Amino acid sequence: MLEFMEGSHAVAEIVKRCRPQVIAAYPITPQTHIVEDLAQMVANCEIDAEYITVESEFSALSACLGASAAGSRVYSATTSQGLALMFEVCFNAAGMRQPIVMTIANRSLGAPLSIWNDQQDSISLRDSGWLQFYAQDNQETADLHMIAYKVCEDHDVLLPAFVCFDGFILSHTYEPVSLPTQEEVDAYLPAFNPYQRLDAAAPLSFGMYATPEYYTEFRYEIDQALYRAKDAFVRAGREFGEQFGRDYSALVEGYRLEDADTALVAMGSICGTAKDAVDEMRAAGRKVGLLNIRMFRPFPAQEIADALKGVSTVAVLDKNISLGSGGAVGTEVKAALYGSGISVYDYIIALGGRDVRKRDIAAVVDLAEKGEGDMFYGLRTEVL
Amino acid sequence: MTAAELIAFAAFEGGVFSQAFPAFGVERRGAPVQAFVRFSDEKIRLRSQVYEPDYIIVQDPTLIGDVDVFMGMEAGGIAIINTEKPDFDAMVPKGVKVYAIDATTIALEELGVPITNTTLMGAFAAATGEIQLEPLEHALRSRFSGSMADKNVRAAERAYNLVGGAA
Repeated sequence: MLEFMEGSHAVAEIVKRCRPQVIAAYPITPQTHIVEDLAQMVANCEIDAEYITVESEFSALSACLGASAAGSRVYSATTSQGLALMFEVCFNAAGMRQPIVMTIANRSLGAPLSIWNDQQDSISLRDSGWLQFYAQDNQETADLHMIAYKVCEDHDVLLPAFVCFDGFILSHTYEPVSLPTQEEVDAYLPAFNPYQRLDAAAPLSFGMYATPEYYTEFRYEIDQALYRAKDAFVRAGREFGEQFGRDYSALVEGYRLEDADTALVAMGSICGTAKDAVDEMRAAGRKVGLLNIRMFRPFPAQEIADALKGVSTVAVLDKNISLGSGGAVGTEVKAALYGSGISVYDYIIALGGRDVRKRDIAAVVDLAEKGEGDMFYGLRTEVL
Repeated sequence: MTAAELIAFAAFEGGVFSQAFPAFGVERRGAPVQAFVRFSDEKIRLRSQVYEPDYIIVQDPTLIGDVDVFMGMEAGGIAIINTEKPDFDAMVPKGVKVYAIDATTIALEELGVPITNTTLMGAFAAATGEIQLEPLEHALRSRFSGSMADKNVRAAERAYNLVGGAA
């Protein structure tokens, strides 16, 4: 049943139903509503969880890491500077193979200070070993949390995940969302079954140092586990579709790509606007489609190459910039399509909350079809 | 933002898809803020701000003149403006119908505070016909409880009847 609610509230409600045993988070705009809601739920005994109040994001994720190692299902949420402060713990959480799920209400990084949306924060942690999922709307945001726990806790994976949804654009938007009941969530997501945990009766050490004889092999195993997460996601996404009717078995989602000459590639809420723009361009007789990258880590290179087979031009919308190199998504899409003969152009767009309209999407398609790309889109040259 | 949320919620209760969101980041009392609402028979995917509104609601008439509140409006549009002295006719685009309502006074009388969200919601419902009274009341009773719900429903209904009489 569809209910009308704020995106952040949908996240809190679904997290509650995923039954985390420990929650630790530090409030930061635009993530705040999520952790406020959860704190209230814990205070009202709606969740049987320990809510650990902390003095920083570094402590929040450290508390989650310890609780996860002790065998608890844990949850955190952050954004932007908060995620930057977690940098060290992020690498440790993946290295210690703890299946922590953390919501990222995507926001730009300073300086200059900006509270508005882009995807620089999570993208900047792309090398940390965390899985990364990007939601198009608040329904997907809620659904991906359930899938994330299932994938992370899969004994073939045992890695943490970011569930990313665009700050403000989704987190502060009210729209209809269908939330499964507690019983339905329980049927999909069984209780956490740790592969190993801290236990005084059978002592283990987590996060020890590794000498040069072992370090490379540890990193190799983490990398292999990330690749196995693809299959785990497909399984969990298919199972989700069977139970709830919304199928997530594909790591990438094509929209009107059949017979398309030009394909847009994007992640997150911009895909909604892009789909409407594609419909308008299609109505005007232009063969344009969209590929939504639902999972950015592990990177679905093969799935992208398969989905874009047959197009001649690709325009990647990057809501981030790897300064001195280009957009992160564009760089990886180019690598995935290397040798295919497809022309791939990258556009840095929608940084720091700049609004994107359908006509902007159409303008990007025009540029790509003219062979102009690898650029910032819509620069206000008068202020440069 | 509360007005946008409540209008979108009432529209959803009335059986359509809807979306409400603020112009992000400057939500504080006293600062000029914008919020946006969309209704559709189909699921709404568009995320950009609204640049060509069919309807506008102006809660603070002192903004008129400083801000072009009618920007992007075309003939056939409807503006609901909270004011006790409608003296901005020259700025109204051709073909846009204006409903001026003294929502602040109604809110003060019914709620005891000059918060006009629910009053203007009633005016919006009557002026546009996009929301019926029943889902509107349901939305208000979901958001507020007890006597606050009654007071807000009364304020909305008063504006609804006032504008309905003029429409």
